[in-house]
Amino acid sequence: MKRLLSVVAMASMLVCLVAGCGSASSNKNSEAVAGKTIDAKSTMKPIAKDDLKIGVIHITDPAEGAGYTYTHDLGIQKMQKELGLKDSQIIRKNNVADTDPAKIETAMRDCIDEGCNVIFATSFGFMDICEKLAKEFPDVYFSHGTGYKSNGNNFNNYFGRIYQARYLSGLAAGLQTKTNKIGYVAAMDSTNSEVTGGIDAFAMGVNKVNPEAKVYVKVTGSWFNPEGETQAAQALIDSGCDVIAQHCDTSGPQTAAEKAGVYGVGYNSDMSKDAPKAVICSVMWDWGVYYTSAVKSIMEGTWDGSNYYAGMKEGLVTLTELASFANPKAKEEIEAAKKQILDGSFNVFDGEIETNDGKKIGEAGKTLSDADITGKINWYFKNVEVK
Amino acid sequence: MSSNTRTVARQPLLHVVKREELPKYKTIILRLVAFVLALIAGGLFMFSIGCNPLEVYQTIIIGCFRSKAAFQATVKILVPLVIASLGVTLAFKMQFWNIGAEGQIIMGAVFASYFALFRSEWPHWILMIVMFIAGAVGGALWALIPTLFKVKFNTNETLFTLMLNYIALYIIAFLRDGPWADPSSPGFAKIATFDANATLDKVFGIHSGWVIAILLAVVVFIYMNYSKQGYELSVVGGSKATANYAGMNVKKIMIRTMLLSGGICGIGGMVQATGADATLSVGVAGGVGFTAIIVAWLSNLNPAIIVVISALFAILEKGSRVVESNMGISADSSAVLQGIILFFIIGCEFFFRYRFQKREKKAGE
Repeated sequence: MKRLLSVVAMASMLVCLVAGCGSASSNKNSEAVAGKTIDAKSTMKPIAKDDLKIGVIHITDPAEGAGYTYTHDLGIQKMQKELGLKDSQIIRKNNVADTDPAKIETAMRDCIDEGCNVIFATSFGFMDICEKLAKEFPDVYFSHGTGYKSNGNNFNNYFGRIYQARYLSGLAAGLQTKTNKIGYVAAMDSTNSEVTGGIDAFAMGVNKVNPEAKVYVKVTGSWFNPEGETQAAQALIDSGCDVIAQHCDTSGPQTAAEKAGVYGVGYNSDMSKDAPKAVICSVMWDWGVYYTSAVKSIMEGTWDGSNYYAGMKEGLVTLTELASFANPKAKEEIEAAKKQILDGSFNVFDGEIETNDGKKIGEAGKTLSDADITGKINWYFKNVEVK
Repeated sequence: MSSNTRTVARQPLLHVVKREELPKYKTIILRLVAFVLALIAGGLFMFSIGCNPLEVYQTIIIGCFRSKAAFQATVKILVPLVIASLGVTLAFKMQFWNIGAEGQIIMGAVFASYFALFRSEWPHWILMIVMFIAGAVGGALWALIPTLFKVKFNTNETLFTLMLNYIALYIIAFLRDGPWADPSSPGFAKIATFDANATLDKVFGIHSGWVIAILLAVVVFIYMNYSKQGYELSVVGGSKATANYAGMNVKKIMIRTMLLSGGICGIGGMVQATGADATLSVGVAGGVGFTAIIVAWLSNLNPAIIVVISALFAILEKGSRVVESNMGISADSSAVLQGIILFFIIGCEFFFRYRFQKREKKAGE
């Protein structure tokens, strides 16, 4: 009897395996829109609006109402609204841990299985699976945020010049501090150019308006760690910091700042919602700008497979309005710097930059290249100290 | 639970007494009742958050079987669960509480990953065999540590194996952040993706771990039921004194069985890392080692039934994820649904062994 059972179990598995074959549907691509030139780099066919189905892979749950994933999802919602897509055309896979490759792959395959022909993967750790599946599903568009891989055809990368807004927030923080000690909760250490460049831009802003102030950095080692981020902020506050900036996913540092009666600079979403008495301003992404332009290019056949790297000019990166309790001088400083950034006369990483270990980066009269900014900022600005 | 009811002057309205073994048909009926109740309770919960329960259950099933890709994903969840359940079953049969499958899976994956990362140029089949053995050795060694302590000093294996899980997890984190860090990924600590040569071949589109799982199920079934060693380990499980009296070397049997138990779990780790993940990540075991404990007990430590129960778990898991994205419910809600279903299924086991007795009746059978 027991043996029979095991034989039956095995046989049924085999039957299911064979029977399961052959039902995978292919994507229906509509004919290319006439008159549009398609970049020679990408051979992808455009997809008509009604045939679009978009899969979104989130590392946490947009329902958190603040922070990284929430902000990305706002962008998706904006894109949906602007392009007039139906709810059924967007599938979300939430809480896909970036430490579990098998789960990531299942989530993406699930999307494709449900007919998705566009996948937006919002977290760094999804990169390698995007690369792998882009090869296996050449008809599906893969777009991956924050990483560095792409294939120039159906797999691109998107990110932005968040350092521009960080510089501006640094101006506000530098004017706000009384103790001349500013804390910064960072997700990653100096090996990560994105985080480190953000700290440097912020610190340069601080330095511009307040050369006396120092920026103290605490690294959590994780992008999403509600407890660790709050603890790091608390430690910085305990050591005398009275403004807490952050590069991590939750609003924990801001609520810690509010509790302690100090100020903060939020990130990702408008964190004045979470800590209205503390947040001077928030450095924000408007991912809707990218998602709308990407899906539009897919519909219109103008997708060229190139990577997307935009900034304040395009509206991808923004800074929220200053809080009423911000230093009155901050508004003026920010407006002036913002104007220079928008007209291109100032690019944050301009000229010769002094690091905190006495080295010199860059050359007078020049600015750091995008490749350097995205991949090679492994140094801290002179007024930064890592705790 | 009340034990000696005669001395109690006034009994509680209901009290629990151990019952004699139920006939088989009754256990099947009880299980079915529990299953139906689970579906009803889960349905009520789904209804309360505004979902149509029938649609939810339908989506779970459809989500697992609607296509080749969906079925493959379900099997991928099934494979490590079967292997780990087989591993812990050997230990449980011996009444050795191996709660360390999670760590044994991880160490199997770590050992196999060494070859995948640094010896990927070896001929494919040799590499596969070496990784298979390395996985088994890694898991076996991790199981050997608490066993030796148990044999030598009579330490508590439940705590010991449990705590080794976390050590194993941090070994991966250590390797990921330091010695094995992917140099091409600055700032995002990860271990490199394995070379294609170092990944398991696919059979019917799914990594061949499922073949290994089925073969292992057959081997463990035969080993437990038709081999001398299998008999010995169940005697030790029944009573160590009996085993001693029968002239068995209890220590030897314990060490041997735990090497096998850990070794099988380690193979599960090797399969997961080289088949499903194609890298070594801290999520390689992902709680499978703990779920395996439930699977093993629900299956009555029977390898054939383990395959069936694991399949049900895999369906629930895979289907829930589709419910999340299709019906827009949060991952937490689907976790609650899974929890409710498990609560009833596991809860009914209680009624196999115990029953409630009313106060009026005379106590005792």
